[in-house]
Amino acid sequence: MNAYQEFSIIGSRPIRPDGLDKVTGRARYGADLNMQGQIYGYIVRSPHAHAIIQSIDCSQALAMEGVLAVMTGEDLPVPGDSVLGSGEGAIALKDLSPMVMSQGKVLFHAQAVAAVAATSPELAAEAAALIAVSYQVLPAVTNMHEALGADAPILHADRFPDGFPEEPTNLAAHISLEVGEPDAAFERADVVIEQTYSVPMCHQGYIEPHACVARVDAAGRVDLWCSTQGHFTVAQYTAALTGIDVGKVKVTASEIGGGFGGKTTVYLEPVAVVLAQKSGRPVKMVMDRGDVFRVTGPAPGAQTRVKLGAMKDGQLVAADVECVMDSGAYNGNPAGIPAFMATACYKLTNARSTGRAVYTNKPKIHAYRAPSVPQVTLGFELAMTELAAELGMDPLAFRLKNAVEEGDVNMMGAPYKRIGLRECLEVASTHAHYKAPVAEGEGRGVAAGYWINAGLQSSATLNVLSDGHLSILTGSPDIGGSRASMALMAAEVLGIPFEHIHPQIAATDAVGHCDVTGGSRTTLATGQAVIQAAEQCVAEMCRRAAAEWEVEAVVVTWSQGAAHYGEQSLTFEALARRAGTMGGPLTFSSSLTASSAAPSFGVHICDAKVDKETGRTTITRYTVIQDAGKAIHPAYVEGQMQGGAAQGIGWALNEEYLYDEHGALQNPGFLDYRIPVASDLPFIDTVIVEVPNPLHPFGVKGVGEVPIVPPMPAVAEAVYRSAGVRLRDLPLNPPKIVAALQEQ
Amino acid sequence: MSIQEFVAPHSLSEAKSLLADGAMASVLAGGTDLLVGVRLGTRSPERVVDLKKIPELTAISVDAEALHIGAAASAFSILHDSDVPSFFPGFAEALDLIGSTQIQGRCSAGGNLCNASPAADSIPALIANGAQCVITGPAGDHQMPVEDFVLGPSKNALKEGELLVALILPRPSSQTADAYLRLTPRTEMDIAVAGVGVSLTLDGEGTCTAARVSIGAVAPTALLVEAAGAALIGTQLEATAIEAAVAAAREAACPISDKRGTAEYRTHVVGVLVARAIAQAQARIVEASS
Ligand SMILES: Cc1cc2nc3c(=O)[nH]c(=O)nc-3n(C[C@H](O)[C@H](O)[C@H](O)COP(=O)(O)OP(=O)(O)OC[C@H]3O[C@@H](n4cnc5c(N)ncnc54)[C@H](O)[C@@H]3O)c2cc1C
Repeated sequence: MNAYQEFSIIGSRPIRPDGLDKVTGRARYGADLNMQGQIYGYIVRSPHAHAIIQSIDCSQALAMEGVLAVMTGEDLPVPGDSVLGSGEGAIALKDLSPMVMSQGKVLFHAQAVAAVAATSPELAAEAAALIAVSYQVLPAVTNMHEALGADAPILHADRFPDGFPEEPTNLAAHISLEVGEPDAAFERADVVIEQTYSVPMCHQGYIEPHACVARVDAAGRVDLWCSTQGHFTVAQYTAALTGIDVGKVKVTASEIGGGFGGKTTVYLEPVAVVLAQKSGRPVKMVMDRGDVFRVTGPAPGAQTRVKLGAMKDGQLVAADVECVMDSGAYNGNPAGIPAFMATACYKLTNARSTGRAVYTNKPKIHAYRAPSVPQVTLGFELAMTELAAELGMDPLAFRLKNAVEEGDVNMMGAPYKRIGLRECLEVASTHAHYKAPVAEGEGRGVAAGYWINAGLQSSATLNVLSDGHLSILTGSPDIGGSRASMALMAAEVLGIPFEHIHPQIAATDAVGHCDVTGGSRTTLATGQAVIQAAEQCVAEMCRRAAAEWEVEAVVVTWSQGAAHYGEQSLTFEALARRAGTMGGPLTFSSSLTASSAAPSFGVHICDAKVDKETGRTTITRYTVIQDAGKAIHPAYVEGQMQGGAAQGIGWALNEEYLYDEHGALQNPGFLDYRIPVASDLPFIDTVIVEVPNPLHPFGVKGVGEVPIVPPMPAVAEAVYRSAGVRLRDLPLNPPKIVAALQEQ
Repeated sequence: MSIQEFVAPHSLSEAKSLLADGAMASVLAGGTDLLVGVRLGTRSPERVVDLKKIPELTAISVDAEALHIGAAASAFSILHDSDVPSFFPGFAEALDLIGSTQIQGRCSAGGNLCNASPAADSIPALIANGAQCVITGPAGDHQMPVEDFVLGPSKNALKEGELLVALILPRPSSQTADAYLRLTPRTEMDIAVAGVGVSLTLDGEGTCTAARVSIGAVAPTALLVEAAGAALIGTQLEATAIEAAVAAAREAACPISDKRGTAEYRTHVVGVLVARAIAQAQARIVEASS
């Protein structure tokens, strides 16, 4: 039972507090801050995808007029075996440090090897060209299947995943899970299918490049400004990577122009800090678009083999999933998630699931919206659709027959609480889109998706201002409208107008710890901190009113933004104005490690038309149905649903990392890395389903990630139905479709 | 070396002397290729000569014989403030495919041509329409057909100190129409994997009396495929004639395989576009005369 059952302002759609500055160009993003006396950092990058660094000579660069500092990997501590963070968010320093600056060896093209700071960006670039690096070039491997071959160059001679013989391979991780007796269950099944599907490596495609400015004061304290999804994490990583105490590092988050998981780590920040330390001047660094593609972000490419068994009546009896994921040059931990989550939508008591991660000479992969789940879901959901066709069943009816519900247990072992997959499937089955006949020449695909959603640590501070307005401070960068949601939640509890509430993202020294804006957790977890702090405010205001009326606090009630007892009332504004004489400033803070996270599910319906002569696909109609628990600000929930679908459609049709034979990325820009433009997409229709999360006071579930999970299998099926040829290797770009049609 | 000097002359003679005094100079029309090149480090002029203030270079005029388009006239002005779209809907569509509204407010047909990209959209449309380049320089003025102007990727026929002044498109009869089609994986903000410009003239009976077919993005330069035009002339544009034109275009294409598409795909799809562009030009003539 949720603490709040009825809402007055939650569920409305006010204009976001940050909107006006954004549309008028006043909002300050990563590259918009300049500090007095700042100089400019520039990174020297490896022209080779795999090489030993024999020497680096910076003397000529340092001798240039206007060059104030240089650095190399030697300026960073050796990572050793230390691990940062814990649990899901844990990362070994040896996997993080080389993404900032290599030490002794480069494992991918464009990896940072040195940096220089000078009085202008042009001068810094000129000086960088004078830094002489000599390399012993080694053979590189960028294809993960080749990387597992016997004669592949080995990236890490000193790494052996658990349980494997002590001989170096490029296997980064291996995890195998089993429940029940899958082999026996396959024997019993009436119908068994087995297919292999693949997805290419891709990028999050955020519009704003990485940027930061760092300043180090005379006492060695760092003041860092950057575009990030989590400035507390930036502080922690930067401190660990540079050897500075985290207590001396203050980080302020700028407005953020997209992240999608890719801005939950650091690339430039530690370099800017070291250069600032060395030069005594603030150092600004802005990555160019090409380097954003070359050295940040990518989401792993993957190959998934799926074997499914079902009875004639449509009951799913067994599954066997094996997913191989490309980790890039260091361990980005992509293997566990698909192993645990591949089967999460369906009741399966007999299943086997294997995840493997492989080192290749490419940048280390990083989180991208529901990390690793879209890749494995392409395979699982497309196999579900192929199996439904073999059984002669409607693909939604087949899913509904097997959908998980409260009490079911997935591969992670814990039973589901109240979840909304069945509700989403039911809405999809009766939706006008699904009921409409498929237009001539078009095809339709459906798919479901799951994402676990995170809780993690959050904090909020509420300051009641003397005129009855309220400022909200949190440490959660706002990438999807969360400030509006924070204000709505406070307004709901306090009963004051939305416009009187001023939510802000405070620096690391101004509010309690907040983990990254990731895992679809901010509205849920940071929102819960806001709700709790607002409840403290109500309690204190009632206590003060009770003191004024000389009654027990328990008899005072709070509604409509005022304390009431009998005929008497005191408004929020009155209590704010008189705070000084009634007990002092009204300030409330709440911090928590949220244990209220609940998984979300979505179902997508896609219609597509393939031009069989040119192989071009047009998405003609698209509908996203998703359980949001409770939509705090429905417009921003819909925005997440539409954005996730748009990104998934892009990945399905055209997005792909293309490497040349030397391991250099061939398409490091938006011209040739083809994310969809607005005219490539139909209006993406949305239906928000609300099955409240019983663990959260308002019933909220995370909504940001699951919408990228179903699009690839939904689009792939729609393309198959329209073109008449089945493609299981994405992207479904025009040359591939034409080649497949010609082969047919 | 970064740009040292930016000059915006008001006359052609001034521009010519700025280009002829030996400085490392680049002319700038819209700058939508040049400035991108400067940022990428592939272009590093010391002096930039802006052409947009020279009246002849942005003028657009029509006389009895031809349309004259100043080399630096913006795509927007050609599309929205001139008669060009009514005479050459295909050429206009080619310009309208370039970039976005913002890009079109700056970019020019002359710049698209001088930049000499194999995938430039307006070049096959200009070739199909038999356009001529008007060139001026230290040795005086001369003209040449567009198909001879582009020599290779990023290479044009302009000599030291020369400048493209205008493009001249012969005025089409009422029985002539053009079409331009390109294939890109995305709908917009993309670069042609193949492009096709076609101009057809039909007589009263629907017999093709003149035809020019040009293909882009499938060779180092846009090509005039004379055999494709010849396959159409004298026919009623029946299926066999179109198939012959398609085959001639595929024969002429010599694309590379790259990140934008395989050679096989480009060869295939340029043929698809030839057939579709012929049909579109034919439909335009039929529609205009009915
Ligand atoms: C976002 C974006 C999207 C684009 N999309 C497309 C597209 O879809 N299709 C396409 O074909 N192109 C596209 N382009 C490329 C570009 O916009 C076109 O080639 C445009 O027509 C160039 O015109 P401009 O006037 O801006 O050229 P400029 O950049 O001014 O000049 C281009 C080159 O020609 C030279 N030059 C210009 N005028 C003259 C002259 N009169 N005499 C001698 N030399 C001259 C310049 O020195 C320079 O080398 C795009 C560019 C951008 C930035």
